[in-house]
Amino acid sequence: MGKVKIYLGASSPAKTSEMKTGDWGTEWAKVDEDKCIACGRCITFCPEPCIEYVEKNDKKVARVDTDYCKGCWICFTVCPVDAIKMETKEIYKLEVC
Amino acid sequence: MRKVVRGFYAIAYAVKLSKPNVICAYPITPQTEIVENLAEMYANGELENCEYITAESEFGAASVVLGASATGARTFTATSSQGLLLMTEVLYNAAGMRLPIVLAIANRAVSAPLSIWNDHQDSISVRDAGIIQIYVENNQEAHDMIPFAFKVAENKNVLLPFMVCVDGFKLTHAYEAVDLLNQEDVDNFLPPYNPVVSLRIDKPVAMGCYAPPPTYMEFRVALEYAMERAKKVIEDESKEWYEITGRDWGAHIKAEYCEDAEVAVIAMGSIVGMIRDVVEEMRKEGMKVGLLKIRTYRPFPAEEIRKALTNVNKVIVIERSLSIGSEPPVTLDVKSALFGHSSQEIHSVVLGLGGRDVPRTQIIKIIKEVYEGKVKPGKRYEGLKEFEEVIP
Repeated sequence: MGKVKIYLGASSPAKTSEMKTGDWGTEWAKVDEDKCIACGRCITFCPEPCIEYVEKNDKKVARVDTDYCKGCWICFTVCPVDAIKMETKEIYKLEVC
Repeated sequence: MRKVVRGFYAIAYAVKLSKPNVICAYPITPQTEIVENLAEMYANGELENCEYITAESEFGAASVVLGASATGARTFTATSSQGLLLMTEVLYNAAGMRLPIVLAIANRAVSAPLSIWNDHQDSISVRDAGIIQIYVENNQEAHDMIPFAFKVAENKNVLLPFMVCVDGFKLTHAYEAVDLLNQEDVDNFLPPYNPVVSLRIDKPVAMGCYAPPPTYMEFRVALEYAMERAKKVIEDESKEWYEITGRDWGAHIKAEYCEDAEVAVIAMGSIVGMIRDVVEEMRKEGMKVGLLKIRTYRPFPAEEIRKALTNVNKVIVIERSLSIGSEPPVTLDVKSALFGHSSQEIHSVVLGLGGRDVPRTQIIKIIKEVYEGKVKPGKRYEGLKEFEEVIP
C-alpha cells in the first residue's frame, strides 16, 4: 500500500467538491416548486450553502443540492410560504425493534 | 536605537517592523494598548500594504486572521485571558490548517472570579492546540520575539501559529529601556512571507475540510511532527538572532549557575528577572543555587531540561497557573522530562495567581527552605491566606 497523502492546510481531498457530505443527515430538504416564490431566504440562511436558484418552466425556483444538504431544517424554518418540507431518506425509513 | 518605552509599544513597534498584511483584534485589558498602538500607526499611514480590521469579538478577530492567513497574508493579533479562551476554537483550526499566525498574549488570569491581573492561566490553557508558545522575561525580549516568531512560524518545516506570551501589566505596561530594532535588520532577518499553500483563484483548494477516520489521525500526528521540527528551527534562528543583534536569549531554555547547583529554580516569564537577582545574591553568599528559565513551553524542551539539571539534586518549579485536578502544568512537563532519567526532589510552588504580589523575600524563603531541607517535595502554595468557603 502506498503512503497516505495528507494535504497541507488540512484538506483531504484538497477540494470539497470531492468530499460529498449529503449522506450525513437522515433527512433532506425538498422544495415544492409550485409554492416557491424565489424570495431567496433559504439561500441566504443555508449554512452549507447548498441551495441555488434554477429556471423551471420560465419560473425561478430554489433547488437543494442533495450532495451537500445535511438536513438541518434551517431552510424549512425560514421559508415564508411553507414551500420546503423535510423528507426522511429511504434508507432511514425502517422500523427499529 | 535605545529608548525608554512601555511594553505594549515595544511589541507594536516590532510588529510594524515585521510588515504584517492584516492585523485584526478586539480590545481586552491588558492587551488593548498593543493593538491601539498598531491602530495609530495604521491611521498615520506607517503600515504599508496592511489592513487593520476591527472585529466584534476575539472569536471574530481570530477568524479574520485565520482567513487572511489562508490567503497568504502575514497576520498578527493580540489578546488576553477570556479573549484567548474565546479564540480557542479558531486557534485549534489555525494550527490544524498550519497557518503561521503570530499572537501576542498579554498574560492575565481567567474568570471566575474576574481578574485583570497577571498569571499564566490563559496561555497555559491552550497548550495542546499546536501553537508554539514562548514566555519572555522583559520588554526587550518581547520586542525581539515578534520578528523571530514570524520567521519560525513561517518556516516551511514548521507552519504553526506562534504565541509570544508577555506578562500583562508587569511587562506590557512597564517602562523599560529597549533597544528598538531597525527596519534594515528586520528585513534582512525576516523575508516576505511566501506561503506554501494559500487560497487562490487560479489554483483552488479547500482548507480545514472533513478528514474521516482513515486520514484524521495522520493530520494530527503531522502537527506533532511539525512541532518537533520547530525545535531545531528555533535553535537555528536563535543563533541567527544573536549574530544580528548580539542578544543571546538562549533557544528553548536559559540555564544559569546550574552546572554545580544543589537547588535549581525553574520559572517562566517576568518573574525570572527577580529570581536571577536572588540567585546571584545567594551565589555570592556561597549557596549553590541555579536558575533555569523555560522560554519555549511548546515545544517543551524536555531534553534540554534533563541536561541542564544533570548535577542538580533539588528542583523548584515556580507555577503561575494551575491544572485543576492534577499537578500544576509546568511541573507535569518537568516531571515527565526527568522520569526514568534522574530522581531529583521536585518542589512545585504555586504563587502569584491573579496578580498577587510576589515579594523578593518570598523567593528567598522558598529557595532557602528547600536548600536547607526544611520542606518536603510536592505541591504547595506560597502567599496563600488561610480561608474558608461560606454561603453568602
